[in-house]
Amino acid sequence: MSTLNLDLSNYRDLLKQYIRTQDETALYQAEQFSKLSMQQNISPEEIINVHIQALQDLYPDLPEGIESSMNFLLEAMISYGLAYQEFQSLREKQLALKSEISVAANMQQTLLTTVKPEVEGLDIGAISVPANQMNGDYHHFVQNNQNTLGIAIADVIGKGIPAALAMSMIKYSMDSFPENRMDPCTILESLNRVVERNVDPSMFITMFYGLYKPETSKFYYSSAGHEPGFYYNAREDKFEEIEARGIVLGVTRDTEYQQYEKTIHPEDMIILLTDGVTECRQGDRFIESEEVLDVIKTYMHLPAQQLVDQVYKHFERLQDFHLRDDFTLIILRKQV
Amino acid sequence: MNLDINVVDKESVAVVALAGEIDAFTAPKLKEALLPLTKQAGNIVEVNLENVSYMDSTGLGVFVSALKSTKENNSELKLVQLQDRVLRLFEITGLTDIINIDSTVRGGS
Repeated sequence: MSTLNLDLSNYRDLLKQYIRTQDETALYQAEQFSKLSMQQNISPEEIINVHIQALQDLYPDLPEGIESSMNFLLEAMISYGLAYQEFQSLREKQLALKSEISVAANMQQTLLTTVKPEVEGLDIGAISVPANQMNGDYHHFVQNNQNTLGIAIADVIGKGIPAALAMSMIKYSMDSFPENRMDPCTILESLNRVVERNVDPSMFITMFYGLYKPETSKFYYSSAGHEPGFYYNAREDKFEEIEARGIVLGVTRDTEYQQYEKTIHPEDMIILLTDGVTECRQGDRFIESEEVLDVIKTYMHLPAQQLVDQVYKHFERLQDFHLRDDFTLIILRKQV
Repeated sequence: MNLDINVVDKESVAVVALAGEIDAFTAPKLKEALLPLTKQAGNIVEVNLENVSYMDSTGLGVFVSALKSTKENNSELKLVQLQDRVLRLFEITGLTDIINIDSTVRGGS
């Protein structure tokens, strides 16, 4: 079998073969011909043109009406040809955009990477998975000289690229705060001023900031409108909501945030999350927070990192592996 | 899921009745309907959320920018008949402190 050529004689031969034999192979060749034509950017009207010429070669006495009708068809196909050209150019543009976004996503990954610290007496698990290419959730561990551990968990309202850019802003502001001003309420108050001045009115950020001091086993925290986390009291085997009031960052100027504290006992856990966890949906049904806690309970015997990984896998499965929202879960467990 | 927006703009009071879900897809449409109403000085914009079964944080963003616009334009924003799930979102984010929310009558079935 000769290789397929995009020329008139080839098309004519194929057509002839098909008209005579009604042979499937000729039909198959016609299909290949059309695919090849697309690859070579040959428009539909050009193929019809080839068809007309082939017909004229095969049937020199073609009734005039048929010939005119073919010219008519050719005109009718012109718009399809144009639409196809447009489609091609959009597809190229889309590919270019896609690669730009993935460059941006990689950049964000690099910028916002946080290292899960080793803190003596503390078992830490953290997972953060974006729903789309770019993550609007953010978490960050800050370990300083006095061996204290700061944890920020935040969610930018608004998704995609603008949210990701806002996150970078938060990260750099936090890096610039002096170490001796790392109280949760102070941090939120400073960040609030940054966000309020810089962000467009429909965008704001929820954040929970916690500070753990190992020598006293005290956990200090403040919340700027963030989804409440949970505290697991091991002695009573009970979960409770970590209550902390405070308005989201970026809405009012000069907001003051209240600071709370809690003493953590061995085997107790602090569970921090974003609303991507509590707003999980199964079909049309929302997951209640008790169900989140039930899942945590199921895997509670595992080390913290395995625990958060398993909880994530559970909800990923539940939503048919399609996250609607960015998902971040951090668990700290005080070791004996 | 969709969002139906029904605006009755009478003299000095605009009642905006919403039905459906407010999320990243429907929020722009809500913003488009709501913001112009807040730009008329002296206007009271009352948003009825009785039939809003779901709202995500993008929806909060729309109400925050509407609120900011009322401050700039001397108008008023009021939210009424929120369903529990939606009200919870305003409570968690502390926005109940700055947005006028009448939650004495709850929406939903």
